[in-house]
Amino acid sequence: MLRDTLKKAEKAREKKALYGEDIDLEEFIKEEAGEHEKVTKANEVPKKVQDTLLKVGVDPGEKERSGTFIQVDQSGVCTTCTSESVEIMGMNVAIDKYGWLKDYMWKAVAPDTDKYTAQTALRESAEGASGYFIRSLPGSKEVFPLQACMFIGDEKVMQTAHNIIIAEENSELHIITGCATGEDVSSALHVGVSEFYLKKGSKITFTMVHNWAEQVDVRPRTGVMVGDDSTYISNYILTSPVRSIQSYPTAYCSGENSRVVFQSILGGQKDSILDMGSRVLLEGRGSSSEMVSRAVSKDQSQIFSRGHLAGRVPNVKGHLECHGLVLSDDSMIYAVPELEGSSTELEMSHEAAVGKIAEEEVLYLTSRGLTEDEAASMIVRGFLSMDITGLPPELATETKRMLDMSLKGM
Amino acid sequence: MVKLLLEITDLAVEVNNKEILSDVDLYIGKGETHVLLGPNGAGKSTLFMTLLGFPKYKVTRGEIIFKSKDVTQLSTTDRVRMGMGVSFQNPPAIRGVKLGDLLKIEHGEGEEPELSHEMMDLVTKLKFDENFLERDVNLGFSGGEVKRSEILQLLAQEPDFIMFDEPDSGVDIENVELLAEEINTLLDKDKKPGMREKSGLLITHLGYILNFVGADTAHVLMDGKIACSGNPNEIIEDIRKEGFKGCVECCGIH
Repeated sequence: MLRDTLKKAEKAREKKALYGEDIDLEEFIKEEAGEHEKVTKANEVPKKVQDTLLKVGVDPGEKERSGTFIQVDQSGVCTTCTSESVEIMGMNVAIDKYGWLKDYMWKAVAPDTDKYTAQTALRESAEGASGYFIRSLPGSKEVFPLQACMFIGDEKVMQTAHNIIIAEENSELHIITGCATGEDVSSALHVGVSEFYLKKGSKITFTMVHNWAEQVDVRPRTGVMVGDDSTYISNYILTSPVRSIQSYPTAYCSGENSRVVFQSILGGQKDSILDMGSRVLLEGRGSSSEMVSRAVSKDQSQIFSRGHLAGRVPNVKGHLECHGLVLSDDSMIYAVPELEGSSTELEMSHEAAVGKIAEEEVLYLTSRGLTEDEAASMIVRGFLSMDITGLPPELATETKRMLDMSLKGM
Repeated sequence: MVKLLLEITDLAVEVNNKEILSDVDLYIGKGETHVLLGPNGAGKSTLFMTLLGFPKYKVTRGEIIFKSKDVTQLSTTDRVRMGMGVSFQNPPAIRGVKLGDLLKIEHGEGEEPELSHEMMDLVTKLKFDENFLERDVNLGFSGGEVKRSEILQLLAQEPDFIMFDEPDSGVDIENVELLAEEINTLLDKDKKPGMREKSGLLITHLGYILNFVGADTAHVLMDGKIACSGNPNEIIEDIRKEGFKGCVECCGIH
């Protein structure tokens, strides 16, 4: 690792994040890579793990998947790939294989962003890399998605991962990622640093389902570099209880006519604190962005739905939309849409609405024989089941299935 | 003597502490179809919502007996599960709730992955297709589509007592006949009067639908009271000639 990166990380060791509760990293155990046995196929991981994977859209049967990567705690346990168009491997393998990879490390996410990125960088240097490397080859178009899973199997573990995803020129890449915890785990910490690079004319769709245990803290850190004429689409689904998640991915639309879409579906349950944002910097001529989120708060949950859209050159366009339903008096939704225009000839707008379930909709459904509770839950599921756009038909069906499954718990 | 399905006696109803209906007596026998006429604001829709048991409509006096059971205090869900049904004039759109999913629940096949053949036949009959079932209920539906979807949902539910609120408003002539045909099916009109099991109460403004759906009795609701009851054809004829006032005066003479 470059000495400069390490130096920065060292300095930021104690640096608190801008948002979210500060987490004492000393409370967690740093397990070594190699703690969990490697397998050659996804369906060879323990049965219990397989059941959990299915819940987050990762298919152990690898049906209609072009490849799989599974990390349990700190160990990459499974890597398979059946496609010639894409590559998927552990970061430790990729670093040995590709000397140039260092040019992509810590470029979209700064190592000194906060203590979590710093910790990931320091661990990477001390213990070796974890996380995955994914790359689509120039001009390729693999319709079947790659699937990656970050799984926490042991109690009190601090999982760190550093992922790099590169779409080469004119390629199309689809990724499904699922993050989950084992049945016996109640508390743990997940830190995932993901850096995306979209070269000219490429497209990445990244669909992520989270299903953590109730005492898990999650701190993903994501940066996306979007080149000329390329498109990045992120879909995020979380409906299960968790202790806290704080995430604020940033996409840099520096390419001409680049486009970024963030779509999030958030269901807050129990004591969950979900602090989710997305930021897009429109710096390339003709670049555009849409950010759409749907949030429902139940029980004592708190949801912060942030969005920041910055237009910095002429002829850019962006829209930010955040709709929330507050279902209990003890829960809260805090919508913070921000628009920043620092150029002429740009077009940016936002739309935020937080409210309750419309009574007349409930009455309509009760007049069809549903109970009030059944009606309310049907309306809530309907509210959250937004049409996720931008996916190829095969993946759209699969994503719809994943979403329906997630919404069953709401 | 026809067996009574619905008995409304001395009913008074308040909405937001304001009395909207009072002294309402209405008896509907098994197999009968009644028509409810009256000027805007007379309380026709209020009566429907009260019969359905919507919470805003407070019964301050009287009782509603349905199938020999006092349902005055029952929830909407319970009344509907006992066999009441309604087609609304302006139902709300519900984002993300697919018409097809709603039909499954209404037809008691909520757990099935696909809509049954029986239901699909009805869907086709109401001039809808599979794509339409994927649409969010009432969202962006045209006037005619709303009415057809309401009737389709009733066909799925098969209620014993059905309230129709302006089933023909905003519908073109061709579709009025189609709707009338299905309303007739819902109300057992294809059977001999004595053999009919289903009853209906229909709100209509223009009475156009009555050219296709036969009614046994008409009631005129004025200022929250039933001012007149009688032969539907005669009453409508009077209203056409002299308006509601004249019709009621005439009732007083009879």
